[in-house]
Amino acid sequence: MAEMTNISAKKPNKFVMWLQSVGNSVVRFFKSIGDFFVGIWQIMRHGNWKTRLSFLIMGFGCFMYGQALRGSLYLLLEIGFILYMIFFGSTYLGKFGTLGTEKQGPIFNDDGLQIGTSAGDNSLLILLFGIITILFIVVFAALYVKQLKNAFSNQEISELGLPIEHTKDDVRQMLNKNFHVTLLALPTLGIVCFTIIPLIFMILIAFTNYDKNHLTPAQLFTWVGFDNFKSLFASTGTSSMGATFWRLLGWTLLWAVLSTVTTYIGGMVLAILINKKGVRFKKVFRSFFVITIAVPQFVSLLVVSKFFSTEGGLINQILMSWGWIDKNIRWLEDVTLARTMVVVINMWIGIPYSMLITSGILMNIPEDLYESARIDGAGPITQFFKITLPYMLFVTGPYLLTQFIGNINNFNVIFLLTGGGPTSPDLMAPAGKTDLLVTWLYDITVSGNYMDYKTGSVIGILVFIVCAVLSLAVYSRTSSVKNEEDFQ
Amino acid sequence: MMTNANILKTAKSKKHSSMKAKRITSLTIIHIILTVMALMWILPFAYVLIHSFRGNDIGVPFPKTVFPTEFTLDAWAKMLGGNPETYADAKYDWLNFPRWFGNTLLIACCSCVLSTLMTLATSYAFSRMRFKARKPYMKLILILGMFPGFLGMIAVYNILRALGLNEGALKIVALVFVYSAGAGMGYYVSKGFFDTIPKGLDEAAKLDGANQAQIFFKITLPLSKPIIVYTALTAFMGPWMDFVFVKLICMGDYDYGTVALGLQNMLVLENYSSHWILFCVGATCVAIPITVLFMFLQKYYVAGVTGGSVKG
Repeated sequence: MAEMTNISAKKPNKFVMWLQSVGNSVVRFFKSIGDFFVGIWQIMRHGNWKTRLSFLIMGFGCFMYGQALRGSLYLLLEIGFILYMIFFGSTYLGKFGTLGTEKQGPIFNDDGLQIGTSAGDNSLLILLFGIITILFIVVFAALYVKQLKNAFSNQEISELGLPIEHTKDDVRQMLNKNFHVTLLALPTLGIVCFTIIPLIFMILIAFTNYDKNHLTPAQLFTWVGFDNFKSLFASTGTSSMGATFWRLLGWTLLWAVLSTVTTYIGGMVLAILINKKGVRFKKVFRSFFVITIAVPQFVSLLVVSKFFSTEGGLINQILMSWGWIDKNIRWLEDVTLARTMVVVINMWIGIPYSMLITSGILMNIPEDLYESARIDGAGPITQFFKITLPYMLFVTGPYLLTQFIGNINNFNVIFLLTGGGPTSPDLMAPAGKTDLLVTWLYDITVSGNYMDYKTGSVIGILVFIVCAVLSLAVYSRTSSVKNEEDFQ
Repeated sequence: MMTNANILKTAKSKKHSSMKAKRITSLTIIHIILTVMALMWILPFAYVLIHSFRGNDIGVPFPKTVFPTEFTLDAWAKMLGGNPETYADAKYDWLNFPRWFGNTLLIACCSCVLSTLMTLATSYAFSRMRFKARKPYMKLILILGMFPGFLGMIAVYNILRALGLNEGALKIVALVFVYSAGAGMGYYVSKGFFDTIPKGLDEAAKLDGANQAQIFFKITLPLSKPIIVYTALTAFMGPWMDFVFVKLICMGDYDYGTVALGLQNMLVLENYSSHWILFCVGATCVAIPITVLFMFLQKYYVAGVTGGSVKG
């Protein structure tokens, strides 16, 4: 009891501290902006002609102090940026506010016959290249300021009569002090091009009216503000979009809890059974289960989904020939049964994996814990719930979180087993009773049948919010993230 | 007449033997449970393997007799023959399994090399280097990872089109990019591993005049064999498993698709009953090499998974 009150007394304190830290960081943010402009003003005022010329010619200050490589790179960047903006960027940036105004249309000759189609604006490309251009401007601005500061510090260092790092030092530092730049250059390029830009693009789509009535290149789409969010949350009828969203969110969370818990406990029990003293053929048993991890998921899931199909599925055939049933069981088509089956089949997929992960840790549990428990007369089940489970939960906390988030986004299992079905009158087509938010998202966007990209983006953003809130809640409670330096 | 000690001894042995009997029954039960479970896990795959040789009831996915009565190699010859002319019927003309297999192998190898390099580089930078953007960058990646993976797919497709990578054989290059571009975001496990390598080693090398690059290549990497194998293995397996991206990028062009695309299309509604046995052949061909590879590298995989995701 005493502990309980202690914890609850701590909570508001923590919250106040959090508020304070948020407040502090806001203050720090504005202060740093202020400092930034003061800094540039200082460079302008105290810089010599070499530094001042760097305002116009990037890299000039570096060049004049013997940093030839840096200087020429900066200059190349400036030239490249100006050319890019003149020939490419400015067109897209200018249309970014409207996403294009000129529709594609037929071109007629003097006799009134159509001789072709005018190019028109392509909203999709305007949006995409607009984002790329803005990112490019941000990067350019950052580097512009960086070279200014570099020029000024060169000036200050040389005024003090100290040595300046030359090109040779620059190259050497790329393998030593600045090795992280070398290491991260390529991965960052990949992440920016194939993750960040696409994500910004799709987030912005949520604020446009891009759907099957506004398909590019024939049609244009444009900004609509928060309309898509409003229409999602405002619609409340039985089979409306809003009701569908809330129902699917509920099932997604239920599914994530059930699938995470069942595979985790199942895998742990299996590991305990295999590792029990006196069990023979440990390796053989383990290999049987491990094989199923290596088989690509889409193969095993497709096979199993065909086993359980209603008409002519293997299971129904067998049960029929044994005389156990006289009517086909609708394994994956009846709502309750289908929901149960996806959880059960997910256990079949997931248990070997969690067995593999937990068995190593299970062997690390100190044996004397069990010994003293046995002396106190605890049976195997009590031991499991009082020792094994708490220990495992403590150690594998982060793993469980990733599993949970992974299950919220578990596309493969649902898509390949039921395809989201069975459909139901209280859900908007094409959503079905086993659909997760991500499979719904897939159905209405990527699959190409509904092309409701604007709603898809809204759903994607909401899925992100759910995942982020859950992870934040868990992460703030585990210490492993904060104490990363302890291990080194 | 029994002495006290003797009485105690018999009592003990009685208790011992009853405990032993209990132990044996419980062990028997465990063995039975494990055997049943192992069968449940392995039988579906055995079924697929056996039915790839099935000769009777072609065109019926699941015949009345669970165990086939006739065996042939027809399906294997057809599937591995590869050339579309092997198939008289037009509904098979998109089917070219050897080609898909080759495509997948090529994509998997390229993206394995690229991804492994990028993942290890990112992890090392985050684990050993200290720079201002480190923590914000790590947080950013954590946040990016919470968006559903294919949310940005439409944009990815358009970026690839803008790069001119959506035509013919260039689709394979596009797929390599798609599978390996985000590799840096998977830094988590290997960073956890690098964190456990004592920093004293780095310090010692630094005193001997080594720079960071030398420390990375000559000290850290040689000590990280398990994590290198793990990273490479997961990267290699990725292209065999994915069918979402490949579907979008290939757009029904099976010549440059992977096995996942082809096999999945064999089981869509209109192909299902006619292609089932061929699917069994294909599934076996995909599953066996990956399984063998996995079994060989299993211990590295376990070390990788448990090393990184489990930090108390």
